[in-house]
Amino acid sequence: MTALDTASASTPTRERPRRTWVGVLVGVLLVVLAGLSLFVGVSDVSPVAVLTGGPGSDAAFLLGVSRIPRTVAVVLVGASLGIAGLIMQMLVRNKFVEPGTTGVSEFATLGMLVTIVFFPGMAVVGKMGVAAVFGLVGTWVFLQVVKAVPVRQLVLVPLVGIMLGGVVGAVTVFFAYRLDLLQSLGQWSQGSFATVMQGRYEFVWIAGVMVGVAWLAADRFSVIGLGEEFATNLGLDYRRVVAVGMVIIAVITAAVLVTAGLIPFLGLVVPNVVSLVIGDNVRRAIPWVAGLGAVFVLGCDVLARVVRFPYEIPLSVVVGVLGAALFLWLLLRRRSRAH
Amino acid sequence: MITLEGVTKRYDGQTVVDDVTIGLGGDGVTALIGPNGAGKSTLFGLVGRLLHPDAGRITVDGMDVARTPSNQLATTLAVLRQDNHVAARLTVHDLVEFGRFPHSRGRLTVHDREHVERALSYLDLDPFRSRFLDELSGGQRQRAFIAMVLAQDTKYVLLDEPLNNLDLRHMTEIMRLVRRMADELGKRVVTVLHDVNFAATYADRMVAMRDGRVVADAPARDVMRPEVLEAVYDTAVDVREIDGKPVALYYG
Amino acid sequence: MLTDSPATTSAAPAAGRPRPRLAAAWARPAVRLSALGAAVLVLTVVYCVTDVPGSLAFALEIRSLTVLAMLVVATAVGVSTVVFHTITQNRILTPSIMGFDAFYVLISTIIVFSSGSASFLAFDQFTLWVTQVVVMVASSVALFTWLFGGKRRSIHLMLLVGIVLGTFFRSATEWMQRMLDPLDFQVLSDAMFASLTRPDETLLVLTAGLVLLGCLAVVPLLRTLDVLTLGEPTAVGLGVDHRRVVMLLFAAVSVMVAASTALVGPILFLGLIVANLAYSYAGSFRHVWTLPSAVLIGVVCLLGGQLVLERLLGFGGTLSTVIDFAGGLFFLHLVLRKGAR
Repeated sequence: MTALDTASASTPTRERPRRTWVGVLVGVLLVVLAGLSLFVGVSDVSPVAVLTGGPGSDAAFLLGVSRIPRTVAVVLVGASLGIAGLIMQMLVRNKFVEPGTTGVSEFATLGMLVTIVFFPGMAVVGKMGVAAVFGLVGTWVFLQVVKAVPVRQLVLVPLVGIMLGGVVGAVTVFFAYRLDLLQSLGQWSQGSFATVMQGRYEFVWIAGVMVGVAWLAADRFSVIGLGEEFATNLGLDYRRVVAVGMVIIAVITAAVLVTAGLIPFLGLVVPNVVSLVIGDNVRRAIPWVAGLGAVFVLGCDVLARVVRFPYEIPLSVVVGVLGAALFLWLLLRRRSRAH
Repeated sequence: MITLEGVTKRYDGQTVVDDVTIGLGGDGVTALIGPNGAGKSTLFGLVGRLLHPDAGRITVDGMDVARTPSNQLATTLAVLRQDNHVAARLTVHDLVEFGRFPHSRGRLTVHDREHVERALSYLDLDPFRSRFLDELSGGQRQRAFIAMVLAQDTKYVLLDEPLNNLDLRHMTEIMRLVRRMADELGKRVVTVLHDVNFAATYADRMVAMRDGRVVADAPARDVMRPEVLEAVYDTAVDVREIDGKPVALYYG
Repeated sequence: MLTDSPATTSAAPAAGRPRPRLAAAWARPAVRLSALGAAVLVLTVVYCVTDVPGSLAFALEIRSLTVLAMLVVATAVGVSTVVFHTITQNRILTPSIMGFDAFYVLISTIIVFSSGSASFLAFDQFTLWVTQVVVMVASSVALFTWLFGGKRRSIHLMLLVGIVLGTFFRSATEWMQRMLDPLDFQVLSDAMFASLTRPDETLLVLTAGLVLLGCLAVVPLLRTLDVLTLGEPTAVGLGVDHRRVVMLLFAAVSVMVAASTALVGPILFLGLIVANLAYSYAGSFRHVWTLPSAVLIGVVCLLGGQLVLERLLGFGGTLSTVIDFAGGLFFLHLVLRKGAR
């Protein structure tokens, strides 16, 4: 078993008092960071300016057109990516997977390339639809491949996913390079919220809806996480629940791709941290994963905006550094203890 | 002699080998016994310079293990660890040739080849010499590794649980070999064994460890007493004489 | 049947059945290696003299540089991967997969970042080069030792760690590059990414020197490397000063990774393909045979791949993508086959 599994199994009962404390912290952070996100940027949008300037002022306009949409998008993306990771982990029964480590994101990006090549004028919602279909195919391919991996080799599963992603990614890059579309593809897939504004971010609400669906089906995913035999034994239609999960993952991946691009590691780190704190009950975990995911992305987005003020660095880079560091710590942390 | 003076090894504050002072490697076969986690394998690791003691000194025929060049020690002391997994596809002959590495640094002389041939035939490995290790049974593979150690041509031979994962027939076969190596070739063998009865049958001297300390060190017959074994293993053990040999019964 | 030393061959009458002479010859590692060498020569000639657009002398000058660059890269990648495999006792992890070429790019970026491009340019090229290599070798030996020096961990866990490390290094690099002036960034990318088909001569000479240095460190240890295939405990028992040898080898690996990354940038899967093909092709586990086989197979892959892509399909510049694609599939095949066992 992996470090994460044993740790999560032993934690929940012992840590009850800490849970409320962490819950309060996450809530406070969410509010504070969302506030920060509203008022940090190149143009001066301070609460004072908004209040004194009235509804017609520049500050209020900027707030409505750019800052609020951006903050909402960040919160929804963070929450939904966390959920996508959580569900993926339940479907595969492996704690090291998320859309980005299973080739799903790469398939969705390939879908994006297909729309750019064949339907350049397609509306964003159409692009998202195609990307979602490709993402669905990617999820299916991954689940099929994973069946060939012995159950006990837990770390092999994400490895296979990452390689699968690498192969699909190479195909995408090859064609994008041949067709001279590398740059326009890069614009889509570069993870950043810099271009989010009113009228261009609303699709991310679809990802928000998926979070709701996930919450409704939460108990089923908990049971699925215990395995096919177990689920069937409890009278659950295993295939149908898996199908619902796949759709949720694909739609979230595609919606996030068209609004914000690829954001690595989020779906991996957040559910694992939550699992350490409260254990693996999906219904209980969902609000936590959503909240913590939102906090993490909000924090990274604010950091991306201020670290080289007045320029922005891409969010994916900030998440890549912080998320990878956190994930490495999760992987290697047991090393210091005796075996 | 292999001499340990006040040797201590800790892992993260847990003392695995605790102030051990003992001389090993007298004539014949010495068996090291004790429950899991008693520190037997760690002790072997320390003597075989895979681990470094936190305190104390280990010498082999007067050579300080910590200071003597590894290569020089390898001509006096051969160590075979358990679980020898080899990723590369090696033949038995290749493996046994490696035993000459301390002497020849990989460039085999006629003299080296003689040693290899002798080791191969001593362990009846001639028919298998060009077989790959992964094509052998567990017992054959263990014999190949022992042949390598034999080709190393050292005074002392340390075997860490040589019977691991072997069936009854191969266990007996390996232990007979160990005995023959001591009697015919004059090797001084020290071996970690799990099975007390194997130890009692084939070893001249038994050293028992528990909680990182040596709790008994005597001729085999003197260790094979209920009160000693009970103290070592913390479980009820009866010892009966069968055909003049002490046999421990611990199934009751 | 794979045999490798005269003693083995003579002592093993191959289960009594007389083998055809050709097959017997083919079983000899020396014959196999020579065949590979011949293939490389043929490919080189084909690459250099066919499809010449203008003056043959000019084409030869450019193309011989390309072939030389490929040889340098293949040597660096082949030797470093096989040595890395032997030290870490596995055949799946490679320095690239563990993120070490990404690490090299990060180190270079940090050097530019902390010195600023003004001083970067004030350095003469050679001093900068030496600084980079020294920092790279020191820090990657530290990283290697941290990851592989302590308690043995499962290969699969290390693989995951490597992939995450790679993302971490790449993201950190991009972060730093974003913090640089556009001008500094230009200097950096010029210094770091030469192309395989248009190698910079100075850089080629420097990297060739480095690779030679790495080889000089590895060659005296060829037989010790054979012993290391038995694993650390057995190797120590046979009198190998494991710590010292492994440090030296890690340093050689780092030097080679630095050289090949500086010359052509990261090629993720080349080492993996080349090393594994070499193990099954060489006909012996001994590094005397596997190392040169890996190098030559590397040249065949690069040169052959370039020939097919450039001359037959008319696609230039996508070689590393194709290698990543083929390598990824090969890797999946390896992992799943191993997993199924």
